[in-house]
Amino acid sequence: MKHKTFFWFFLPTALAMLLFIAFPIISVVIQSLFTPHEAVLLTVENCGPFGCTTETSIDQEATAALKLAEPLGRFAGLSIYLDRGHLAVNEVAALWSGRESLGGFFDGLKNLPFYRAMYFTLTYTFVVTPLLIVLGFAIAVGVNSLHRHLKGLVIFFSLLPMIVTPLIGSLILFWMIDSRGVLGSAIQFLADDPDLSLKASTALTWITLMVYGVWHSAPFAFVVFYAGLQTLPQDTLESAMIDGASRWQQIRYVVIPHLMPLVTFVALIQLMDNFRVFEPIVGFNAEAHATSLSWIIFNDLGGETRLLSSAAATSVLTIIGVAILLSPVLVRTWRDFNAKT
Amino acid sequence: MSSKATQQPLGLRIVIYAFIGIWLMMAAFPFLWTLWGSFKVELDFFSITNWKDALFGPRTEATYGSSLTGAGYEGAWIQEEFWRAVLNTFIVCFFVVCTSLTIGTLGGYALSRSGFKYTFWLLIIALIFRAMPPITLVSGYLLPFFEWNLWGILPTSIIVLVAINQPFTLWMLHSFFQKIPKELDESAKVDGCTQFQAFRHVIIPVMWPGVITTGLFSFLLAYNDFAVTAMLLSKENQTMVPKIASFLGTTQTEGNVMFAVAAVVSATVPLFILVMFFQRQIVSGLTAGAVKG
Repeated sequence: MKHKTFFWFFLPTALAMLLFIAFPIISVVIQSLFTPHEAVLLTVENCGPFGCTTETSIDQEATAALKLAEPLGRFAGLSIYLDRGHLAVNEVAALWSGRESLGGFFDGLKNLPFYRAMYFTLTYTFVVTPLLIVLGFAIAVGVNSLHRHLKGLVIFFSLLPMIVTPLIGSLILFWMIDSRGVLGSAIQFLADDPDLSLKASTALTWITLMVYGVWHSAPFAFVVFYAGLQTLPQDTLESAMIDGASRWQQIRYVVIPHLMPLVTFVALIQLMDNFRVFEPIVGFNAEAHATSLSWIIFNDLGGETRLLSSAAATSVLTIIGVAILLSPVLVRTWRDFNAKT
Repeated sequence: MSSKATQQPLGLRIVIYAFIGIWLMMAAFPFLWTLWGSFKVELDFFSITNWKDALFGPRTEATYGSSLTGAGYEGAWIQEEFWRAVLNTFIVCFFVVCTSLTIGTLGGYALSRSGFKYTFWLLIIALIFRAMPPITLVSGYLLPFFEWNLWGILPTSIIVLVAINQPFTLWMLHSFFQKIPKELDESAKVDGCTQFQAFRHVIIPVMWPGVITTGLFSFLLAYNDFAVTAMLLSKENQTMVPKIASFLGTTQTEGNVMFAVAAVVSATVPLFILVMFFQRQIVSGLTAGAVKG
């Protein structure tokens, strides 16, 4: 294909991505360097027969005019990044110099909103991803050995948790684990504690969110691995059997090596998706116990006062996080590409 | 696979069936339970005394004279005007799917047919864009959209969703187009077609399965989106998912959780139907990117 034809074919999609993905990223970076204007104050001196009083009031007109002239706000440099809501440099330094033990330092860190969210996001990402791969693999191996009439039905029901909107899926589970819901009552009965509530404790909320995460994403891993199992080389499997490999050894030395590229693929996609964990926190109403980076941005943007600059700074930090997660893949692709040419 | 050597011993068989059975319970039970419970009153679905109330609905029977009631649906659809959100959702999904398929097929086709180095870089950039959480982009939209008075209306959200879908659509269509032999459009060009005519009259007719699969995923992305629609749509124009989220704020206090339950079930039904009819396409779409490595 000629360069010119390529250009015209690619133009619409390139424009869409440029305007609505690339520019917003730039706009976010710029916005994060500015902070909203302070209100213009007007000081009036009223002199009467009993002396003079000064009165300070907000000059609405001047404030509005200033906002109109410079909608971004005033330039603040990196100060938003360093404030308490984000990297909290001063607080971290104070914690570090006042630390008694390393554990105490980390406990103090968890009280700062950004680090709290970071802590949950990373824990969630790195707990849920391996678990869902293991569960998805187990289901795939199980379904593969079923009778073929059953397979279609099982696949149908297995797809549901993944296809359903995350917010809706988490709401459905949230209502069931409510202390008056069916799962909540069952757990109370099993634990023999009528006051047990999964929503009350931080640890239990975290576990609930992670169980939801595995439930939601395991079908994806299952479908990918199941498709991989269909292309399993039968010759290798048969020769392994003739050599006396047990079932477990067949899985360990034939099936898993065959599926390894798919495991990398699923892990990559799921790391990216789990890092943006957000809807379950809204659905499970869990913000008191667990917040994520995406949730902080959402919280800043919603509400009456839209904290655009604060949200922008968190966005930039999140994008940097995604870039770090993605970098091993990019480096590998780059090496492959160079090896090819 | 039915030879003596591959036959499973009974014990293993039982373990496998039990495991799959437990997984099916986990996957399907919550939906069936909520579907059944949505026809009850709140005191039955969230019963303090006995969990079986949600199955048989004694209080529902006491209030409405039958153990099933559509009161939750009536409240959600009519009183809270959920039908408006449903309508908005389908408008948004329809236009998102059409637009992203149109520009996506053009772009994906170009990427798969051009042998130059920049196609690789474009795909990598698309991959990076795919990894961006949509909510981080939203904070970049708000200020310009407020300035230009574009905030709150459906077309804005549609265009934004199309753009956010593009990286994924491009990757998927690219991998589908790669499977179609290049000789096909070359022979069309020998016969005197321009590149566009070859694309339009030769490639697209054989590409339908891939286009339908990609369309399904665009639909799901638009249908399931919460971050973009919740932030960019005004209250009157809300789609289903943000509408349900806003129900939660207001109904929890009024004790009308059942409205939200009914709305949730209503929003799940189209997805159910979709999976039922397009199971094969969804499976092939999920594996399209994977099998290549």
